[in-house]
Amino acid sequence: MGHLHRGEEPDGVAPPPPAASALRRSLLYVPGNMPSMLQNIPIFAADAVIIDLEDAVPLGEKDAARRLVRRFLETYRERRQEVLVRINALDTPWGRDDLAAVLPALPDGIRLPKADTPEIVERLDTLLTEHEEALGVEIGRFRILPSIESALGVINCIDVAATSARILGLAFGAEDYTASMEIERTKTGEELFNARSRVVWAAKAAGVQAIDSIFSDVKDMEAFRREVELVKGLGYTGKSLVNPRQIEVCHDVFAPKAAEIEYALQVVDAIRRAREMGTGVISLGGKMVDAPVVKRALRVLRTAHAHGLVAAAPDEAVLHG
Amino acid sequence: MRIARRAQAGTMQSSDLMVAVEPAEALSVEIESTVKKQFEHLIRAVAERVLAAHGVTAGRVRITDRGALDYAIQARLETALARAAEA
Repeated sequence: MGHLHRGEEPDGVAPPPPAASALRRSLLYVPGNMPSMLQNIPIFAADAVIIDLEDAVPLGEKDAARRLVRRFLETYRERRQEVLVRINALDTPWGRDDLAAVLPALPDGIRLPKADTPEIVERLDTLLTEHEEALGVEIGRFRILPSIESALGVINCIDVAATSARILGLAFGAEDYTASMEIERTKTGEELFNARSRVVWAAKAAGVQAIDSIFSDVKDMEAFRREVELVKGLGYTGKSLVNPRQIEVCHDVFAPKAAEIEYALQVVDAIRRAREMGTGVISLGGKMVDAPVVKRALRVLRTAHAHGLVAAAPDEAVLHG
Repeated sequence: MRIARRAQAGTMQSSDLMVAVEPAEALSVEIESTVKKQFEHLIRAVAERVLAAHGVTAGRVRITDRGALDYAIQARLETALARAAEA
């Protein structure tokens, strides 16, 4: 690759961040101190990247990584995906410096590690507001993706999810969670079931997205696929990834299947006919179609539309006749 | 700023560079690169711009480049200078 040049001054404007409701099936971690990985970000097909200043960066290189990430983001203005930065926790010596270094380069949001309590998220919210004021950007621009990754975090995640309007979702972190529980993480994940369920309840109740943990064995794509299927079934809307090879399988699992789309289209059609007949309930293939079934069908069609699998967004009005 | 002591930053990985700075009477920039022939003048231009922005007028700067882009050259040199300035 040749030497890309940039102007003397960073240009002050970046495109507006994606909507809070944007599709986030895949959130790919990229180590913050590796130029060879950072500059590949534009070619990764993930919906979002999480540039990591925390676990991927050794203690002695925190200063180097945050400068590298800032300078990289200043050159990457025409973004092809959402860009989050995982900072170090705010109770470490690095968290605040991470924010001060990277926020001027306008990432879309911050992934906050160890969001064990609402107070921790509130502290970040306050700091982000201060930076937004200093930078002269819209208040609320920087979003927060809190990581729920300890026993305490799982207990408090319902309150955490409702802490700030900046929160775009809850991210479950199974590696740190199992460490905090002093248990082993397995490939089948039985030990995670309760925690995963609670995190997804909290996310749904707060109306935000639910992002599942990484799966670290990049060679075992079958087990990875099973895990994505499992968490999709629980209600998760996306997954953190450690390797670009996982993106395709992740998107494949989160994409609605042809049969699901077909059924959803039939449901919407059936309920439209029911409305015409003046009723809210109708039978389709011997099964009752009522409001919850229609809601599910609309969600399938919205996701299918986002995947480019159906031409038009669904007509939400059918739900209420 | 003043280069008060020896410091370095960066790695020898592909697309990265290693920058070493140390105190000296005059300012000098030495460049080793896998792509020296084509890019030495461009690497030098980035380095000189960063040194000027930091008001560095004396010191020995050695860059071992592994095909780094401008943003990485800038970031690594800035880190080396910050480390060299610390007490």
